Amino acid sequence: MDFSLNEEQHMLQESISRLLATECPLSDIRELVNSDGNNLSEVQQKIADSGIAGILIPEDLGGVGLTLLDAALIAETLGHAVAPVPFIASSVMAPIALLEAGGDEQKEKWLPQIASGAVVFGAGVTEQIGNREDRGITENTDGLNGTAMFVLDGMSADMLIIADDSGCMHLVDSQASGVSRQKLKTIDRTRSVAEVTLEGVAAEPLPGSRSNGEPLRKTVDAGRVILAADTLGAAQNMLDKSIAYAKERKQFNRVIGSFQAVKHMCSEMVAELEPCRSLVWYTAYADASIPDEARMMACHAKAHLSEVGQFVARTATEVHGGMGVTDLLGLHYWFKRIGFNRQLLGAPELVREEAAQAQGWI
Amino acid sequence: MDLSYSPEHESFRNEVRAFLAANGDAAPTGTIYRTQTKEDLAWQKLLIEHGYAARTIPKEYGGYGAETDILKSYIIADEFARQRVRPGHSGDFRLVPTLLELGTEEQKQQYIAPTVSGEMTWCQGYSEPGAGSDLASLSTKAVVDGDDFVINGQKIWTSGAHYADMIFCLVRTEPDAPKHQGISYLLFPMSTPGIEIRPLVNMTGDATFSEVFFTDVRVPTSQIVGARGEGWFVANATLKHERGGLGDPNQAEERFHSILELMKEEKIDGVRLIDQPIYRDRLLKLQARILSMKFNGMRILSSSIKGDDPGLAAWVVKLQGCELNHQMAAMAIDILGEIGILYDDSPHLRDGGFWQYSYMLDLGLIIGGGTAQIQKNMIGERALGLPKEPKPSESV
Repeated sequence: MDFSLNEEQHMLQESISRLLATECPLSDIRELVNSDGNNLSEVQQKIADSGIAGILIPEDLGGVGLTLLDAALIAETLGHAVAPVPFIASSVMAPIALLEAGGDEQKEKWLPQIASGAVVFGAGVTEQIGNREDRGITENTDGLNGTAMFVLDGMSADMLIIADDSGCMHLVDSQASGVSRQKLKTIDRTRSVAEVTLEGVAAEPLPGSRSNGEPLRKTVDAGRVILAADTLGAAQNMLDKSIAYAKERKQFNRVIGSFQAVKHMCSEMVAELEPCRSLVWYTAYADASIPDEARMMACHAKAHLSEVGQFVARTATEVHGGMGVTDLLGLHYWFKRIGFNRQLLGAPELVREEAAQAQGWI
Repeated sequence: MDLSYSPEHESFRNEVRAFLAANGDAAPTGTIYRTQTKEDLAWQKLLIEHGYAARTIPKEYGGYGAETDILKSYIIADEFARQRVRPGHSGDFRLVPTLLELGTEEQKQQYIAPTVSGEMTWCQGYSEPGAGSDLASLSTKAVVDGDDFVINGQKIWTSGAHYADMIFCLVRTEPDAPKHQGISYLLFPMSTPGIEIRPLVNMTGDATFSEVFFTDVRVPTSQIVGARGEGWFVANATLKHERGGLGDPNQAEERFHSILELMKEEKIDGVRLIDQPIYRDRLLKLQARILSMKFNGMRILSSSIKGDDPGLAAWVVKLQGCELNHQMAAMAIDILGEIGILYDDSPHLRDGGFWQYSYMLDLGLIIGGGTAQIQKNMIGERALGLPKEPKPSESV
């Protein structure tokens, strides 16, 4: 019985933290997002070189062969640094989709390229979670047609994994004829989301997902765990910044952290957030080791981190007073990252309902 | 992360299960907080013999005398809770560790064995009308007269005072010393002349605690634990044990399952509550919090096994655990609608009125053992290093 991270996992988080601190400090992130965020390739390559792109890909296919827990720890680190790195789709959802449902040739072709950073994948599954504006992709005789909204990491991706309205997932080359992409501006400019329209695009299905919804559900589960972990990291950073600010900022000849009103806001954030760390660890561990609970836990982690993340984002901003809402301080990058994570792959009420289904309550 | 158990611990779990299967029916029911009945004493004796109670307390003081193995202790607690069998105890969970750590050999010999067996019960004389959150300002005084302390003053919130044989009590013996350094920790029988007990009825209608008045109560000076003036530090050893005991995640999980069962049975207009999305969503929100605290508890357990500092994970347990229990009772009452106001022995009660009773009792637990606000001060000041509120005299 050991409910803790091992030495390698601590080192993994530390090394990525250090890399991000040098490669994308907030000053660089500001510049990137203000230049519309399209020249990310240098940072992305360095991140890929660190091995995280292939974290879930087996070693014989060029990856590192680690578990979703390790991927979640990376996501936590990325969220902590509000890193503009396409991780969730390319390094988690696409590899899981390929591993769960891909044919041998597909796996052998794409997984090594994902691991090396040569190819970046996007993932479009939103319509299979909650369809808006009657969008979605249909497979017809002439191929794939329709619109997938909120395709994660979709603008910078070379390849896309797109779910059709039957739950079957397809590989789509983002440069293929009939594919058009439009960037969707979101509150969080550290991540890229695209609206992808397909008109008669030749389909290349992942055969294991034909008439079998399970691979898609596993792909979504993993995405949800990653979003929860990203929020954990982002919220922890906001909390740390609040504590530091409360120790330094003076009013009425006192540091504001000595006022109980402010002190209690900090303690409440700790009381809500610290147990979330254990929730995320357990959930990510359950993916490989407690499969019976994996889906229920993924839903709970996603929904609960969304709730606690929202509370911390708001409270941390208030601890910073007027500066909290300014671009000068930049706290809003974390605020928006947490907001983005909350809405994607199912907002809390919807995901909790899935947790009820996973437990057989309904 | 590896949540599997070693073969040694797996087989220990099987032993506990086998014991419970064979003996569980002999367990007494009802609260452990009462004058111990013959059945209570016999059950405790059986558990100690098997090492399922007073496990790590040395044999010479009436315990089982096992090496500390936190995981085995956890397995015992976990299996008893799963089988819903009343567990044993290690004597008073605040007093016994204190005596083991700081008592004289004579005190250990005299008090630990009968306390562990359940023959001697204790109450805690800490809080006073003027000393609640600011406990160190307590004013019950003890003056030396010959070989005795003579005690005058009043305690309040004394749980179990009406049945306890003994009290461990904080009194001011050094009135001129700074407040934390003028307190002593005394042990004496509740039958000592000059003690008057007035039960305090709480909002549930029951009296679980009392006011205790001392008028010229004479206690031999040898009944002190630690030195004169060191009582605050002796007491802090026990407060630490009390905080660990409140907000138990296993209890929260058990309550959660009771609400789930209730929602599967209870209907409004013929529709089960679990089939009503609004109620269901509220239950799911609670479930996520309960799971978080359960895993937080596992993380603390793991740290303890390795001898690591569990850090923030441990600081939040009392605050979050007590709040969660209260929120569950609140939810159960809400889903019961009008039935949620029924009480006592009314017809139509659900779960024997447990939720109404708990909603009121648990509010007391949020306040007792360090109020939620004091918990937030402690998290802020001790765990996060935020500065204390300046004292009025310092901030003119």
